[in-house]
Amino acid sequence: MNKALVILIPLVIIGVLVIGGFGIYNGLVSAQEEAKTAWAQVENQYQRRADLIPNLVETVKGYAKQEKSILEEVTRLRSQWGEARQSGNINKSLQAAQGLESALSRLMVVVERYPELKSNQNFMKLQDQLEGTENRISVERRRYNQSVMNYNKKIRTFPGAFFAGPFGFERMSLFEAEAGAKKAPSVKF
Amino acid sequence: MPERPGGRVTDFTGTLSPNEKVILERKLADFEKETTNQIAVLLIPTLKGDSLEDYSIRLAEKWKIGQKGRNNGAILLIVKNDRQLRIEVGYGLEGSLPDALSGSIIRNEIAPRFKTGQFYQGIDAGLSAIIAATKGEYKAPKERERRSRSFPWGMLWPILLFFGIFAFINLVARKRHYHSGGSRGWTSGGIFGGGGSSWGGSGGGFSGGGGDFGGGGASGDW
Repeated sequence: MNKALVILIPLVIIGVLVIGGFGIYNGLVSAQEEAKTAWAQVENQYQRRADLIPNLVETVKGYAKQEKSILEEVTRLRSQWGEARQSGNINKSLQAAQGLESALSRLMVVVERYPELKSNQNFMKLQDQLEGTENRISVERRRYNQSVMNYNKKIRTFPGAFFAGPFGFERMSLFEAEAGAKKAPSVKF
Repeated sequence: MPERPGGRVTDFTGTLSPNEKVILERKLADFEKETTNQIAVLLIPTLKGDSLEDYSIRLAEKWKIGQKGRNNGAILLIVKNDRQLRIEVGYGLEGSLPDALSGSIIRNEIAPRFKTGQFYQGIDAGLSAIIAATKGEYKAPKERERRSRSFPWGMLWPILLFFGIFAFINLVARKRHYHSGGSRGWTSGGIFGGGGSSWGGSGGGFSGGGGDFGGGGASGDW
């Protein structure tokens, strides 16, 4: 056994381990980034929904003035969501988004009582857009959950688990399955 | 959930006559030739309690109608016995075929004809409207890449380093061998061989695929 090999072989082994570690670390980072991107997609769709609300409120107002309280609530929750999103606190923003979602579906139940509104062209378009947006939200939520599950699995299984602790990769949380969440939360009229 | 079919029009309900199917197929093939946009039609009898939207997006994710990168696909899904239908629109067509337009195509073109049992006419009119709406999308493609998957250059480093070290050892070893008169080096051929997978499909038929969907479109009933 010559001297060079005696030195080099352990070096090679250490080198390969270290470099392999880079690969695993990078894998964790990219899984985390993917989940973050998926979350951004969810927020984009929430934004899309929020953008629809002023027009929706105006249209409903024209036909159903007496439903002032629910309309005001929707408007208020919309700006609350906007603030929560600005603050960057994911949990707060999520909570606000869900509050808005439930207020919106209550509004849509109320709308049932106004046949003239329901046959209004503009309202029908808004209804399509709102349904489309709710559907997009549920699609992006599912994709977010998939990428989070992938990431969580990576940080909890070997070899990723080896790096997760020291480098501060924390578990990300999934969307809770709400009642009927398996179905697209479609707004039915 | 059916596999991605070989044709553009798939009917599991026996509603369309062979002749009608051919006409619709040709209509969609011509449209694709002209604009590269892909449209597929699927008729199924029932969802067996599944949600229409859920089924539709899963179908879209499985079939991947539309071109990769352009995401210019759409699916017209008809659930005959449940009397429900949906137009599922790929990312790339959302600009020219927004939800409100899909909804109005369903309400004004398709549903009234379905109500009177004119399924072929309803599908034909619906497709004509979708085609009219999406024409020109190819000339101004709305690029909306979601997740660009780049080549994992990072993965190459360990391999490069590995080979670099071995080359070094090789060199040292070789030097020694020169001293002792030998000349036995390590060969590293054959490691990067193989890998002949090809992308894309054959020309002509219903090929391509890779279009992404994000839940755009509209649902309706009759």
